[in-house]
Amino acid sequence: MATINILRQLVCMGAGMLMSAQVWAGLPIQHWQTSTGTEVYFVENHALPILDLAVNFPAGSSRDTREKAGLAGLTQQLLSQGAAGLSDAEISRRFADLGAILGGEQDQDRAGVTLRTLSSPRESSGALELFAKVLQQPEFPQNVLEREQARIISGLQESATQPASLADKAFSAALYGDHPYGIANADTPQSVAAISRDDLVQFYQTYYRADGAVIAIMGDVNKAEASRIAELLAGGLPKGAKVAGTLPPVPYPTQARVEHIAHPASQSHILLGYPGVKRGDADYFALYVGNYILGGGGFVSRLTSEVREKRGLVYSVYSYFMPLAELGPFQIGLQTKREQADEALKVVHETLGNFISQGPTDKELKAAKDNIIGGFPLRIDSNGKILSYLSVIGFYHLPLTYLDDFNKQVAKVTVAQVKDAFARRIAPDKLVEVVVGAGTK
Amino acid sequence: MVLTRFFCFLLAWLPAVAFADIQEFKLDNGLKIIVQEDHRSPVVVSQVWYRAGSLDEFNGTTGVAHVLEHMMFKGTKRVPAGQFSRLVASAGGKENAFTATDQTVYFQQLEKSRLPLSLKLEADRMANLQLTAEEFSKEIRVVMEERRWRTEDKPQALVYEQFQSAAYQAHPYGRPVIGWMNDLEQMTVQDARDWYKRWYEPNNATLVVVGDVKPDEVLKLAKQYFGPVKAHVLPVRKLQTEPEQHGERRVTVKAPAKLPYVLLGYHVPVLKNPEQDWEPYALEILTGVLDGNASARLNQNLVRRDRIAISVSTGYDMIQRGGTSMFLAEGMPSEGTSVADLETAILGEIEQIKESGVTEDELQRVKAQVIAADVYQRDSMFYQAMKIGSMEMAGLSWRSLKDYPARLQAVTAEQVQAVARKYLTTDNLTVATLDPQPVDENAPKHREVPHGHH
Repeated sequence: MATINILRQLVCMGAGMLMSAQVWAGLPIQHWQTSTGTEVYFVENHALPILDLAVNFPAGSSRDTREKAGLAGLTQQLLSQGAAGLSDAEISRRFADLGAILGGEQDQDRAGVTLRTLSSPRESSGALELFAKVLQQPEFPQNVLEREQARIISGLQESATQPASLADKAFSAALYGDHPYGIANADTPQSVAAISRDDLVQFYQTYYRADGAVIAIMGDVNKAEASRIAELLAGGLPKGAKVAGTLPPVPYPTQARVEHIAHPASQSHILLGYPGVKRGDADYFALYVGNYILGGGGFVSRLTSEVREKRGLVYSVYSYFMPLAELGPFQIGLQTKREQADEALKVVHETLGNFISQGPTDKELKAAKDNIIGGFPLRIDSNGKILSYLSVIGFYHLPLTYLDDFNKQVAKVTVAQVKDAFARRIAPDKLVEVVVGAGTK
Repeated sequence: MVLTRFFCFLLAWLPAVAFADIQEFKLDNGLKIIVQEDHRSPVVVSQVWYRAGSLDEFNGTTGVAHVLEHMMFKGTKRVPAGQFSRLVASAGGKENAFTATDQTVYFQQLEKSRLPLSLKLEADRMANLQLTAEEFSKEIRVVMEERRWRTEDKPQALVYEQFQSAAYQAHPYGRPVIGWMNDLEQMTVQDARDWYKRWYEPNNATLVVVGDVKPDEVLKLAKQYFGPVKAHVLPVRKLQTEPEQHGERRVTVKAPAKLPYVLLGYHVPVLKNPEQDWEPYALEILTGVLDGNASARLNQNLVRRDRIAISVSTGYDMIQRGGTSMFLAEGMPSEGTSVADLETAILGEIEQIKESGVTEDELQRVKAQVIAADVYQRDSMFYQAMKIGSMEMAGLSWRSLKDYPARLQAVTAEQVQAVARKYLTTDNLTVATLDPQPVDENAPKHREVPHGHH
């Protein structure tokens, strides 16, 4: 894509809002199943002549095995690079001719394939037809597989020299070990090289099924058209028994663990964490609101105040909970000049320890609620954002009223609940800690 | 797992606002106000653009525009340090700021009824910022951490910095926005004060508001809050031009990495007269032909067909207050391909266009994408505000945005070939390459130890 990788002379002040919240209210979500059993979530909106779609599969990177880690990503990447008799070049040319944009996103649980097209009849029908081919008739050509493997392997080799990537990988491994969420980020040049075309075909047949898929539709179509689109997309997907929810529970660490990876970078990259929270978790709202105060609220968080504003030790310090089907990560991250890594880490540990032992103040809790509740309209102010929420709500089977309930749930959180939830869920003496660079002598 | 942590914006592709409802006002003190109505959601984005960026800096104090941006959060008499962010957060808002070559921008996104807070706070810090040595001494350390994070430890960012320095020997675009580390180390609170005094004036600013608002109400609020701010005489701006380049320039950067990387570029014109210029539009189409989609020439030929690159891309920004721009291409070679071979291949693709031009199919494809992108961008109020502000900073008008798709539509295959021939020449070329160095082998090996609490 044009200009994506060109570096621009643009410098930001940084530290925006973190935490992947899923909040919206008053959205008229329509929900039904296609004739093949695929769940559909639809919001009709004609303000812009745009149609956005996401087809989500339980085909995230936690489906990988250690021996062939990277398979989930490679399968998704190759969907659009040869399908229904069309080459990779023909597919991208056709999408471009229609002005349509094919996209994808993947995390540990989910693989989402997205399409943005103009809603005008010629463009949308052409783009949808092509989209259906990509979803339903991928061919995984051997020569394309080899090319993409080589690109991914080069990328992995490059990442292995860069401190931020090294820290990410080491963090996942230390936090999750052999749990599928650990394997989800364990791809290596060797594991990617071990993947064959048969692996891709089998992975696709197993996880890209009609009855496990969730379709999200947002924008300029009516219900009848949306229904027709959903049938078109789901109809030709592989059929068979539903994929079992095979994820085991995430074990909690039994002791603190520090990984130190030497690197000559001028800054040490530091990640700390612990198994966090699930989608639909009873403690979710207390942890979410609490984390805003601790490190999710950008400039106003305790971590930013202590580490950056008071001491000037970092440009960015943050914390987040990423909710997944099983316990997603709770993570604190920062980068600081290597000579002051120990000092910064000490402040982070103190800040976290104080927060867990004493909880937030009434004033902090009120400020957090004011922001989360008052900022609600910003969360659903674009078609793109709404599409993402539809995917999450559908994929995790959250109630359709989840949004309306969200603000109510946030409003109900008390200081005692935050304190209690953090005390039960985060053990500051058993954290996983990764330092790439210098520090922790 | 990677969540967006920083608000950074790429301004390269700037299609127009179609049938948008935009109004422009000016206060007596010179503050310009541009309001675009977008009633899809009950929200508003408010941005104050100062025509002050690294373009306006002097050697020895590079980075001061960006340092001042950080200091703008450090308090006034009425709103002490840190309170700006707390007030906006308590109103449910998001806020941040960024500095670029041409401008410094401060923004808030809020539920629409909270707009008065945003304007009140911005007007206050436009006039009443308190710059103390104590706050400066902490914040300059934060900025140095930012430079380490953004540039020092990022091999490709170092290459870009060196590339700009080589390509621009007189023009201030040759200096990094974040500033040279040595300049940051020696910077004082007085440098920040001087900068604030010189440029932070209503007559050097534009307020852009996009959202579920009525223009006359925004004007009323703007008058109320910004009206009392006094205008001052601005320093005379002396636009520096880059002397013509008379021969290829090369730089090499060594840094810890595995893959080499090449960034090359040519001096090209910017948009100065939107109604008459055609070259910038032709250059924009040229980037689309080379890199507008996955089947465009560079990706199709170098990544997919010949497999000599793992990635390639191009870039061109026609909106630049500095009066000059670069046509850029970059790539990372595949295993077994040298960076020199990749450079030759990229240059070969450019030569091909100079010799044989582009096809009608390619032209139509790029144009179809432009039309669609123009619609898609209306899904983001923030981006629409960005486009308006960028035009204004460059001395152009938002009014020209509406003609952008039509101007691109009018570009012919001959014009695309003509700009390639005219500007993409060897004597006008700068090439920067990354020479990857092994990660220090003397560093201790990965070790793991059970660890108690700190």
